[in-house]
Amino acid sequence: MPLAPLEANEDAVITHLLRTVGRRSLAVVAGLGDFAEFVVRAFAAVGHARQLRKGISRAIHQQGVRCLLVIIVVSLFSGLVLGLQGYYVLARFGSAGLLGTFVSLTLTRELAPVLATLMIVGQAGSAIAAEIGIYRYSEQIDALTTMTIDPLGYLITPRLLAALLVFPILTTGFVLVGTFGGYLSGCCLLGLDSGVYWSNVHSAVRFVDVRECLLKALVFGIITIAICCHSGFTAHRRTGASGSRAVSISTTRAVVFSSIATLAADYVITSFLV
Amino acid sequence: MIAPLLSVTGLRKQFEQHAVLCGVDLVVPRGSIVCLLGRSGAGKSVLLKCLAGLLKPDAGEIRFEGQTGKDFRKQCGYLFQANALFDSLTAFENVALPLEQTTRLRVSEIKEAVMSALQNLGLERFANYFPAQLSGGMQKRLALSRVLVTRPAMVLFDEPTAGLDPLASNAVFSMIKEYREQFDFTALVVTHDVTPALAAGDRLALLENGRIQFAGTPAEFVASDDSVVRSFVNRAANGHE
Repeated sequence: MPLAPLEANEDAVITHLLRTVGRRSLAVVAGLGDFAEFVVRAFAAVGHARQLRKGISRAIHQQGVRCLLVIIVVSLFSGLVLGLQGYYVLARFGSAGLLGTFVSLTLTRELAPVLATLMIVGQAGSAIAAEIGIYRYSEQIDALTTMTIDPLGYLITPRLLAALLVFPILTTGFVLVGTFGGYLSGCCLLGLDSGVYWSNVHSAVRFVDVRECLLKALVFGIITIAICCHSGFTAHRRTGASGSRAVSISTTRAVVFSSIATLAADYVITSFLV
Repeated sequence: MIAPLLSVTGLRKQFEQHAVLCGVDLVVPRGSIVCLLGRSGAGKSVLLKCLAGLLKPDAGEIRFEGQTGKDFRKQCGYLFQANALFDSLTAFENVALPLEQTTRLRVSEIKEAVMSALQNLGLERFANYFPAQLSGGMQKRLALSRVLVTRPAMVLFDEPTAGLDPLASNAVFSMIKEYREQFDFTALVVTHDVTPALAAGDRLALLENGRIQFAGTPAEFVASDDSVVRSFVNRAANGHE
């Protein structure tokens, strides 16, 4: 018996919906697989990549030295704000003396790894995605292939290895400067005793907190730099865009996906370590 | 007959439903300049990219010195239409790159080889210049010196005269001929410039409808009464290619 027009229409809508969801899901799974292969191949290239030291020092300059100022400024203001907010909240409960504990633990466990990563992504990650995207569109990556140079080993591996070094160092710097910012607002502006502040900092931060902080920095570094590199490297695969438009989209996606991945990974790591 | 350095048999490549190469057969004799002609979109660059390993052919066989396999690509250089120079590296660093990354030469040996390559192409004074600071012709020579520094047995040229006026096109072909004699490589030149190809090429091949429709000497090309060849020559003469 033929279906009534309304039922037929409903069926068509459901089929279309299922197809779209299925197609998108498959695309996401394929994309994740492609990304995982990209990262594994980039690390595997450590074995045969030449002049890695030169590439790594360039990448350290790009990710580390160029981001240093922004990290110092952001961490100082984060510490200042934490000191202000923390002081008034804690004072309500008569615990203003615990400001050092509050500032140092907040920074070490959460804020420093996340904010430092977001700053590095904004400064260096976007530049990496754009640079590699331009390499792709100006056939420089193809040129490497024709010269029998592994593009992953030459372009990606040094950046990933540099991230292993740069992210923990900058995150540690973020914690130190941020804690100093908390001291400035809590002790210099609001009159808290500096001995109490630093004593609390010293007794609050344990080895496990530092380990969590550095672990997060390492994981965020690998994830975000890999996302930025992959986004630029695959700029030519953007559907509906090419050339400078594709590079622009790749750069935006690199920053957005890196930020989301950082926060998601933060939740996962925290839930395992708490 | 000179032994072929490169021979291609039944090469096929299609993108989704669009077949670009439908069984290409091509022979490149050792030491020759072979010009691959064809209208825009005929698949000349696709064929070159399949040979260079930038695209994977769907079917067919590529033999280099009679051997199959990918190893021959180490003996091939590729000159890109837009040169594909690393714009963040100086001329010296661009030429040094393949030596640094693919050989175990010492720094002093690399420096010597690079300066020699730059000198051979008249670029030694511009070793510390970035590609953007060089003229179009100098960039082309720089790209060629990057290719030649590894002493390849064969160089693939992708539209080396694209966007150039006839005088500049002739100069590029003269340069290829001159350096072929100087450095003793075999050249496969993809172009749609008939006149300089006739003058510089030892052999010509015409790619049309995904197949090689003509292969022979320039004299045979001119004398050919094949309708495809005549049609291509007429269109080229009228400025359609």
